[in-house]
Amino acid sequence: MDVSRRGFLKISGAVLATSGIGISLKPVSAHAQPLKIKYTKETTTVCPYCSVGCSIIVSTREGKVINTEGDPDSPINKGSLCSKGGSIYQMSVNENRLGKPLYRAPNATEWKEVELEWALEKIAENIKKSRDASFKSKNDKGETVNRTEGIASVGSAAMDLEECYTYQKFLRGLGLVYIEHQARI
Amino acid sequence: MTNHWIDFKNADVILIMGSNPASNHPVSFKWVQEAMDKRGAKVICVDPRFTQSAAKAHVYAPMRSGTDIAILGGMIKYIIDNNLYFAEYVKNYTNASYLVNPALKMPGDNNGVYSGLEGSKYNKDTWAYQTGGDGVIKKDPSLQDPNCVLQLLKKHYSRYTIDIVSRISGTPKDKLEEIYKIYASTGKPDKAGVELYAMGWTQHTVGTQMIRTMCIIQLLLGNMGIAGGGVAAMRGESNVQGSTDHGLLFHIWPGYIGAPTASLKTLKEFNEKRIPTTKEKNSLNWLKNFPKYSASFLRSMYGTNATLEEAYAMMPKLDDGANYSWLVLFDQMYKGKFTGFFAWGMNPACSGANANKVRQALGKLDWMVNVNLFDNETGSFWRGPGMDPTKIKTEVFLLPCASSIEKEGSLANSGRLMQWRYKAVNPPGVALPDGDIMSELFFKVRGLYEKQGGPHKEALTKLTWPYGKKTLDGHYHYDPHSVAKEINGFFLADKKVENPTKKGDFKEFKKGDPVPTFAWLQDDGSTSSGCWVYCGSYADKGNMAARRGTKDASGIGLFSEWAWTWPVNRRIIYNGASVDLNGKPWDPKRPVITWNGEKWVGDVPDGVGDPGSGRPPFIMKPDGVASLFGPGLVDGPFPEHYEPLECPVEKNLMSPQKHNPAIRRFDKPGVGSDLDVYSGVTGCDPRFPFICSTYRVSEHWQTGVLTRWCPWLVEMQPGMFVEMSVELAKERGIKNGEKVIVKSPRGEVEATAIVTPRFKPFNIDGNIIHEVGIPWHYGWITQARPKKKYGKLDKKPQVFTYGDSANLLTPTIGDANTMIPESKAFMVNVVKRG
Repeated sequence: MDVSRRGFLKISGAVLATSGIGISLKPVSAHAQPLKIKYTKETTTVCPYCSVGCSIIVSTREGKVINTEGDPDSPINKGSLCSKGGSIYQMSVNENRLGKPLYRAPNATEWKEVELEWALEKIAENIKKSRDASFKSKNDKGETVNRTEGIASVGSAAMDLEECYTYQKFLRGLGLVYIEHQARI
Repeated sequence: MTNHWIDFKNADVILIMGSNPASNHPVSFKWVQEAMDKRGAKVICVDPRFTQSAAKAHVYAPMRSGTDIAILGGMIKYIIDNNLYFAEYVKNYTNASYLVNPALKMPGDNNGVYSGLEGSKYNKDTWAYQTGGDGVIKKDPSLQDPNCVLQLLKKHYSRYTIDIVSRISGTPKDKLEEIYKIYASTGKPDKAGVELYAMGWTQHTVGTQMIRTMCIIQLLLGNMGIAGGGVAAMRGESNVQGSTDHGLLFHIWPGYIGAPTASLKTLKEFNEKRIPTTKEKNSLNWLKNFPKYSASFLRSMYGTNATLEEAYAMMPKLDDGANYSWLVLFDQMYKGKFTGFFAWGMNPACSGANANKVRQALGKLDWMVNVNLFDNETGSFWRGPGMDPTKIKTEVFLLPCASSIEKEGSLANSGRLMQWRYKAVNPPGVALPDGDIMSELFFKVRGLYEKQGGPHKEALTKLTWPYGKKTLDGHYHYDPHSVAKEINGFFLADKKVENPTKKGDFKEFKKGDPVPTFAWLQDDGSTSSGCWVYCGSYADKGNMAARRGTKDASGIGLFSEWAWTWPVNRRIIYNGASVDLNGKPWDPKRPVITWNGEKWVGDVPDGVGDPGSGRPPFIMKPDGVASLFGPGLVDGPFPEHYEPLECPVEKNLMSPQKHNPAIRRFDKPGVGSDLDVYSGVTGCDPRFPFICSTYRVSEHWQTGVLTRWCPWLVEMQPGMFVEMSVELAKERGIKNGEKVIVKSPRGEVEATAIVTPRFKPFNIDGNIIHEVGIPWHYGWITQARPKKKYGKLDKKPQVFTYGDSANLLTPTIGDANTMIPESKAFMVNVVKRG
């Protein structure tokens, strides 16, 4: 029998509903609850956690994540997910996600919410100040080194490939040599 | 990973050592199970603890943390003594026949070290090959010369008897014999064995050499390049393969181009230094193409805004011999060397070894930018345990960013598979994708330099950044497709290029055309490519990473139309070694590549010429053969057992040299700081009598920076625990479930005692030695804080966790080659909480 994934879900829903775990077997119970992914838009993603690269289907409706589940098309995970991959719904739908930049002034005891534009401008000024103060065109041997010694960076394997590439471009353009990330630990 | 996840199913023997995939790469175990079910594969697990992987294995062998080289060295001896190696493979595809300088002294005859040790560095003069007048390496194809690599290998590991290995590792002799016998059975042409490792091997002072030992075994058994073989580096993050490919480390530019040092004054000098040379006439020596990749990378940075020489000059240079890696970075930060710091998508206050030092170091900064999905122990370090915010000057910016389902882009899994993912929803609030934040910062900083000037400003202002324009909402939108195309590479000018694989056949490219594969890249500045190994990922056929073809024409699970693998969509690297000298697959039932009379079919062939061409298949090695003898590493051409820096034994039973002689000790004058203290280095320290190892659980990821905020996961794994044997618990009067303190000279953490038979005391040369284990996912920020009030913007988790980071205990000491911290073997005490 050739069964599509959707078809399979329908069948298994029906089987579950009629399998009699204390449920009445009247015809009405064959109408399983509408699938929660009804009228949703599906996009695929790849799990952000370990490095197996499991594919996941994200179902959204009106800009909200409704459901996440393993992608049966992936030859790697064939629909399976572990506990972490199975929880990425909560990575997105989570009241503790940061939605605004937080700022902590020197010696302050509390966070302050700030505008993104203000934060980015202030960071840019800090970068310039630190770079200008610590830029070294020659090392002690008199060799040309053109590097910024007063700024360091760690991160990040949690970014996309394109972002990793862009980030190293930005950092090396600034002259950083202290560039490290998760791969070293 | 040389092969890929699905390929586990092709193995006859699977060795799980230095990892625990059943817990930490759970879905990959589907393929281990498939090998067991369908092929009748045998699974061996060697681990200090009876892990979930051990529970599924046919054979479990316990071992003391840090003794892997002893155990595997014993396996090498077993394979050679019993003549179980794959002779034809070894003779033709490795450097077994090469003759080495007779002046080389090996640890067995030289007090535990190789000849040439000067302080903590080796002078490698005696590690070289003998050459004839023509510069060609002298060889003995009969493999009998006492100075040939195979004979040296045999001599070196003759010391690794089962008896001494058992005394060092605590692994029972019969278990050693059993695993040696099973694994060595894969030396037959039609058998395949794979080794799965992860941080259990990298996080040691001899980590690189542990992996090397396994590589030697895989070469002896002919397991490299074949289906079901290889060495599987199972990475700990979804894109840590990719972030490394793209050069987010001090020592490499994208594509593993060694970053330039100050003595290499010009691009020409740089290229000359990096191009490997060989006199072996049949060797392809692929990396002779290096200048094409360095030039194309420089073009990707500066386009035509600078000449190649100017671009090279603008790039930052390292001091020769200097190290700028993680442990050094935080040491410098602790000493006040930096004013600014980015912790971008990271939580070093929990992930860095000796985390107390890291947390103190963050207070020495003027400013820090932390980009993350959730508040974390790094961004909020100033309000952490023991901190007085009023005395901490660091200005902190905690920027929210989009999660992986709130933006578009790609990532590379352990099998080098580059997969595209799509945006499902918008990020919360004003959170932006990381790339958008980078674009914002780039244009703002560039604007400041254009307006105000500054030292060497062209290095920044001349960077190309065609990744999207300012949108109506006032922000730069970062277009990952344009970046992916830049990474792939394109022509900067119209050019007619000879087909690199077909002499006399020319192809015309127009300016802007994508470069089809890295073989077409040029050294004259006419091509740009951000990361040459990804060339071909977004070329004329479009975005290969987005492919979702589910056909498997190979029959061995290559799934070559599902996404794209670097390099050139090759799923199993070194596959040129899967066929004999005449091009016939070693195992006709499991071929990776097959010659159909005209061309190779199956996987994208690696390194092989036409059958019978005589070209040795390991084309990334200058001489074309794989290295049983590996003089490239800093700490010896053959791996030698050394004890972890902190260890429970007085002496290294193998030699008078207790530790890896090439490590960088942070307790030496002028190197580290007051916080870099060790225990049990010269003799055993009774204050810290137990070995401790860190590890993971399925339900959390890394420092828990994401997962500790997800209630489902926290409910399953709520907090810090320490696993210990029934015997140790009895000795210390600790009951299962009691609260205990785990202490090292660097810090302490509270944990729940799990008293379990999963750990057993080791008998190490007649002494009873205990080992305990702790997960490293926790941190104070998601802990319940009954005494301390929450500030109005402090986030309060829906479900609290318990305990702080295991890295409060780990030492500032790294592997001699990589400087990855030794988090898998250090000394602690465990006491009941008062």
